[in-house]
Amino acid sequence: MSTTTALEQATRFEAVIGLEIHVQLATRTKMFCSCAIDFGGEPNTRTCPVCLGQPGTLPVVNRRAVEYAIRLGLALGCQIAPSSQFHRKNYFYPDMPKNYQISQYDVPICLGGELTVATDAGERRVGITRVHMEEDTGKSLHVLDTTSGVGVDPAEGLRVTRISDADYSLVDYNRAGIPLLEVVSEPDIRTATEAQAYLTELRAIVLALGISDAKLEEGSMRCDANVSLRPVGHTVFGTRAEVKNMNSVRSLGRAITYEIARQTDLLTRGEPVVQETRHWNEATGTTSTLRVKETTEDYRYFPDPDLVPVQPDPAWVDELRASLPQLPAARRARLVESLGLSGQQAAGVVGAGLAPLLDEAVAAGAPAAEAANWLTNEVTAWANERGVEPAAAPLTASHLAELTALVADQTLSKKLARQVLDRVLAGEGPPREVAAARGLAQISDTGELERAVDAAIAADPAAAQRVRDGNRKAVGALVGAVMKATKGQANPALVNELLTGRLTAPDG
Amino acid sequence: MSLSTDDVRHVARLARLALTDDEVQALRGQLSDILAYAEKVGEVATANVPPTSHPYPLRNVWRDDEPRPSLPPAEAVAAAPAAQDGRFSVPRIIGEPV
Amino acid sequence: MTPLTRHSAMGLRQLLERREVSAVEVVQAHLDHIAASDGHLSAFLRVTGEQALAHAADVDRRITAGEPTGTLAGVPLALKDVLATRGIETTCGSKILESYRPPYDATVVRRLREADAIVVGKTNMDEFAMGSSCENSAFFPTRNPWDLERVPGGSSGGSVAAVAAGHVPLAIGTDTGGSIRQPAAFTGLVGVKPTYGTVSRYGLIAFASSLDQAGPIARTVTDAAWLLEAMSGHDPLDSTSIPEALPGLRGTLEAGVDGLRVGVVREFLGTDGLQAGVKARVTEAIDRLAELGADVVEVSLPHAVYGVSAYYLIAPSECSSNLSRYDGVRYGLRCDGSTAEAMMAATREAGFGAEVKRRIMIGTYALSAGYYDAYYAQAQRVRTLILRDFAAAHERCDVLVSPTAPTTAFRLGDKVSDPLAMYLNDVFTIPSSLAGSPAMSLPVGLDDDGLPVGLQIMAPVLCEPVMLRVARALESDLGFDPAPRGPNSLTEVAA
Repeated sequence: MSTTTALEQATRFEAVIGLEIHVQLATRTKMFCSCAIDFGGEPNTRTCPVCLGQPGTLPVVNRRAVEYAIRLGLALGCQIAPSSQFHRKNYFYPDMPKNYQISQYDVPICLGGELTVATDAGERRVGITRVHMEEDTGKSLHVLDTTSGVGVDPAEGLRVTRISDADYSLVDYNRAGIPLLEVVSEPDIRTATEAQAYLTELRAIVLALGISDAKLEEGSMRCDANVSLRPVGHTVFGTRAEVKNMNSVRSLGRAITYEIARQTDLLTRGEPVVQETRHWNEATGTTSTLRVKETTEDYRYFPDPDLVPVQPDPAWVDELRASLPQLPAARRARLVESLGLSGQQAAGVVGAGLAPLLDEAVAAGAPAAEAANWLTNEVTAWANERGVEPAAAPLTASHLAELTALVADQTLSKKLARQVLDRVLAGEGPPREVAAARGLAQISDTGELERAVDAAIAADPAAAQRVRDGNRKAVGALVGAVMKATKGQANPALVNELLTGRLTAPDG
Repeated sequence: MSLSTDDVRHVARLARLALTDDEVQALRGQLSDILAYAEKVGEVATANVPPTSHPYPLRNVWRDDEPRPSLPPAEAVAAAPAAQDGRFSVPRIIGEPV
Repeated sequence: MTPLTRHSAMGLRQLLERREVSAVEVVQAHLDHIAASDGHLSAFLRVTGEQALAHAADVDRRITAGEPTGTLAGVPLALKDVLATRGIETTCGSKILESYRPPYDATVVRRLREADAIVVGKTNMDEFAMGSSCENSAFFPTRNPWDLERVPGGSSGGSVAAVAAGHVPLAIGTDTGGSIRQPAAFTGLVGVKPTYGTVSRYGLIAFASSLDQAGPIARTVTDAAWLLEAMSGHDPLDSTSIPEALPGLRGTLEAGVDGLRVGVVREFLGTDGLQAGVKARVTEAIDRLAELGADVVEVSLPHAVYGVSAYYLIAPSECSSNLSRYDGVRYGLRCDGSTAEAMMAATREAGFGAEVKRRIMIGTYALSAGYYDAYYAQAQRVRTLILRDFAAAHERCDVLVSPTAPTTAFRLGDKVSDPLAMYLNDVFTIPSSLAGSPAMSLPVGLDDDGLPVGLQIMAPVLCEPVMLRVARALESDLGFDPAPRGPNSLTEVAA
């Protein structure tokens, strides 16, 4: 088959993508017991008889987890089920204390919503099949045997490796029982970019609701993608592969792009796509087989007899609906309409979770567009470098207002302001204090600048002469000399004005 | 319902029971008999009859999101057949979680 | 003089209140009796003598100091080994939990300790409460004090043997499909399965979660009522626990049956396999109720005949899931395996007995994709119909009566090879288990072999007061002596 034909073939497929996203809830306690959720504890110290699956123990639902599920459901336009139930999903795995997971099955708490995402091709609606509650599993460390291994020093401690290479595994149940929401999309997504936009938007909604810290890198938000191909125009789905282990929005995009290419290649060569779970490897940029699904998994779901139906009082649901915060889409629209930001600026501010800070800064007198630029450029870059949330930056609304004021009254140039902001983010204090302490204020004192201007003319008489001769561009060299002499702190506009005045005025 | 020995072995695998061949043979007959008896529930007309999973109808049983003390350190693994550094130790795991 | 070990719990309370005896003396007398005769019975898996005497001494100290004590202060009590006891081995009669010491107390255990009942030990049982003879214990069978060649019934066989033998006046059993009532009937005792949800299941090691319920075993109705009051009550740790408290039980015990309507379940008394002796004693007891002023009528529970079928789908299904946690990872037995899966399968193969494996297999199969609707879901619908049958019968009747079991105690080994025959022992007790309503067994006499016969009394949900009231009236009228007797009884053999 020639390359051309292959390409023609390839363009005849479209991808059908659905995402399953797990959101770890930021409740204080676990889903079914009162163990505190705080990360970083020693292994198995955030456990009790219930979350260890000790014989005789029983689960009791955390009301706040139900509340968070309803909030997300409402934000996604789902129906809140008048009655939903917990089921047991039965399968054996060492990180599951009971060897069944309490989850929801045929009657989840939220059904049938949608999410509108902005893509290059315009807005796109992605259906939400369901949102359901379940409990997280424990975590296993896969290790090499340090007692019998050749050349291994047991004093080194654990030799952690991949599951497939391990001699044995060590299980920590601190995570077991933490509440999760699973958000299942309809297979409405067609491209990697759309998938990324969907994940980004869902994450922004979760953050706006304050129900999770939604960190993809740390696993408090996890995304699996079901990817299949079908010939354009067909309505029947192709065989799908489920891809796991994407730890960022970027890797989701890369993994889907890779998977589409892989399946396109298979289909183009007339080979079948196997229904399986595939593992995304960030380092190699490829997916590989994790587990071939044997027909359908037999989880033997049945209603958990230890738990009773959840039937939220409609008044409670109304109350939660009324107290929803402004969601990202509405926030963006408001920033565009009432503050005059561009669509891109608004998306940047909202996406970074900085809309509240911007609102406060504007209230404190900052020009909206300028403040938004500081936030989406410098503050976001600062956070990215440190791997933290932009909203966690040590920058207050009054700092931001002060910074824009200092630029407006020409105390700071843009360049100086950038330096001052760096120091503010380093915790050195408010902008005005930082500028003073660091001597970063712009020099607008005419006397001082006149001396510098005179010195520059004296140092480069040739350039001065060219200006006198009418070559206005030659003034640039002299401005540069003055800026250099003042270590960049001279007010450039004032310097320009002084030089022009000096060199174009009649002698004497 | 008559079960084959393969059916019995498949169910035993799902249930994580390393049955002996003798047990498989014995269970094949016993399970077939018991299930044949249990299948009598199929004789009852149950159209429009809802299932009962809880004999006493309760709903919305939940607790406040208030932490209570976890087990003291080391107590979680105190009963473990094998543990290392406060973690439960298991032989190597074949296959990723679901 | 009656020995301390033949006094009722209430009798002991009176002696203790009058300071005629100390709690330590009471407990010591029972411990001595256990030491002397449990070798013949094997009712106990563990006797916790030291802790019992320490608790008794503390009760004595408080009585002397005039400090408050609980409602069961100083009364010896045995716990079925299915209830979690902090730091004390809790095995469920299974090898898989042979050395397991729970890190917590069951709510029932906590309540009983707070009532100052003195726990003297943990009793034998069919493994994970699956069985009707106590022969499925992984450790040893328990024998019936009325005839040592016969079973005490099950699964609460150790608890009933201990109470019948006078090892304790009170014991806790658990009932999933009849595991309190059938053994109580086999040993001439009062055994109550309360309304599902009135006694907390927190710490009751699960067999079938939607059916399991702990309840009292005693030699008198009054003792059983007293114990039920102490052990019941809402528990926030059990989501299926009923928030409403049981109505007071003791106030109406002596009110008699005059004006009550008693329904005789037609299908049960007409069963083919019903032993003649059982039928005779039960019929006589029903006649006595009429004599005492009750309005006796016949009622029908048309779907009850499907109870055993539904039960043997629902209970094994829940059991297969509940028992998944025994995998050799966190507690209990572990057998070697080269992989985690092999280790788990080897551990479960070695750790579970034949009956437990059988039920796990049935349940796993019944829940499998493709069978769920025909088996589990259909059984749950039949359960609804049985509930409706009871509701209809109780529109006419305050209580329903039937034999507790089709036979009296059978010989050890008689039914071990025929699981289905064993299951049919529960035919009369299963329907009220499925309905979640209270039911009890009351001894109403002996058959021609000198073995006790039990009458089952069933009441609507939360109507324990009327059920116990009927039982008390009949008990008072019949004057049944609960002391085991007969040529092969413990009394004769041990003497």
